[in-house]
Amino acid sequence: MNITLSITTTIYKFLSEYMSEGAANIGTMVTIAFIYLAIFAVAGLYLVLLERKVAAWFQLRIGPNRVGWWGLLQTMADALKLVSKELTGTVKADKFLYNLAPYFVIVSSLMALAVFPFTKEFQAFDINIGIFFLIAISSIGVIGILLGGWASNNKFALIGAMRSGVQTISYELSVGLSLLTMVLITGTLQLSEIIEVQKNGWLIVQGHIPAVIAFMIYMIAGTAETNRAPFDMVEAESELGAGFHTEYSGMKFAYFFLAEFINMFIIAAIATTIFFGGWLSPFGITDAIPWLGAFWFLGKTLLLVFLMMWFRWTFPRLRVDQLLTLEWKYLLPLNLLNIILMALIVWLNLTIQF
Amino acid sequence: MSYFGDIYKGIKTLLTGMSVTGKYFITSRKGAITQQYPDNRDNLKMFDRFRGEVVMPHNENNEHRCTGCQKCELACPNGTIEIIWDRQIDPETGKKKKMIDKHIYHLGMCTMCGLCIEACPTDAIKWAQNFENSVYDRTKLTRVLNKPGSKLMPGVED
Ligand code: SF4
Ligand code: SF4
Repeated sequence: MNITLSITTTIYKFLSEYMSEGAANIGTMVTIAFIYLAIFAVAGLYLVLLERKVAAWFQLRIGPNRVGWWGLLQTMADALKLVSKELTGTVKADKFLYNLAPYFVIVSSLMALAVFPFTKEFQAFDINIGIFFLIAISSIGVIGILLGGWASNNKFALIGAMRSGVQTISYELSVGLSLLTMVLITGTLQLSEIIEVQKNGWLIVQGHIPAVIAFMIYMIAGTAETNRAPFDMVEAESELGAGFHTEYSGMKFAYFFLAEFINMFIIAAIATTIFFGGWLSPFGITDAIPWLGAFWFLGKTLLLVFLMMWFRWTFPRLRVDQLLTLEWKYLLPLNLLNIILMALIVWLNLTIQF
Repeated sequence: MSYFGDIYKGIKTLLTGMSVTGKYFITSRKGAITQQYPDNRDNLKMFDRFRGEVVMPHNENNEHRCTGCQKCELACPNGTIEIIWDRQIDPETGKKKKMIDKHIYHLGMCTMCGLCIEACPTDAIKWAQNFENSVYDRTKLTRVLNKPGSKLMPGVED
């Protein structure tokens, strides 16, 4: 097998035969941007389909099964419908911000995707502050939500957006701190190196007790950060209509919707990279075939996505005060204790290495 | 200490909930409750308590149990039932007696509340489970429940 997935260098080499160095650089960036855009537009749609199927199975239903074999084209058809719909707006809305908001949300979630190593080579952008970049980028999305809620000039949208602000800012802390706990073991923020470290055992095994606690905290806080049930007061239907995107229609609504699912994928992908060894196969069984890494990466990520869907279809929605109690009284103190525990374990060399 | 106790209890209850839904997820392939209606039209059977329309069962001698007492007509909150009756000579006793002529039921007005069936002292009317009740002409929704030439089942009035 000689398929090389090192896309950046491959495309760069291909382009630099035809044009100057600077043009080839820009050409590479544009090509990769389009590849990622295409992959994740489709991936987002299929995540929506997966969610609907999984929801149906949890509720003893069948789920979409009419469009295409097994309903596989259902979300494609939905997207086509949304594209063809009229973009309505309110008269008193702040037009500029109103139109800008969906792009904030979708662009920030697409930007985060660039740094993930899908295999050893398939990684668009390997910066040395990978995790920091992810945490920073994922908090830009909330600006889009706040803008959308504010500019809609609608009380439901505004309340939804404010709740989203409260929630995301609170839980950002837990996400960051639980990732920091793991960084204590890896000693680096660069995602490709974090995976190198895990060649001696996935971090959830290496760090044993504090790693498991960090993983649990991360999954709870991650679910809250994507505004998914049971933390979806942002769009609590019974109280707020559709929450911050009440006034959006057609493709702009679809951007918000798609961004939610891509964010879910991102949260799961971070967890895969940090806790479950990214593209590494269990016990190195397929190390000889590098491109199978993508299979392992996606497999683990989809398992974690399934876990988040499981949360969604099991737990009832929290109240705002319960949400804040959970974060500030439970997750945050536990997280701080956990960091100390992890630091002790790393200091005393108690990690499990194979 | 109750702080950590709370955390333990919280995690335990969350896992209990997830195991319940997890079981549903695994068994959902067999136990799906969705009816794929137009496809399984031939063998779709509605459950017993389904309220399709009010019917009056007749036995093989074309006899029903309706005495024409009009209790159902009175019980119906929206005037769906009309009983047309007259006094006729009872062939057995030779006395004049109230007898039903037509039991008219307007399906288009019925809200399926079931009060008429509750009210009937002789259990002459009951629910049918058919559900494909739409027609192209409104007059078809007005039904005469007793079949032509039918008469009261003997022994009902005793
Ligand atoms: S079910 Fe209710 S509405 Fe219908 S005929 Fe009987 S009493 Fe009237
Ligand atoms: S259907 Fe029952 S309640 Fe109605 S008139 Fe006949 S016997 Fe009386």
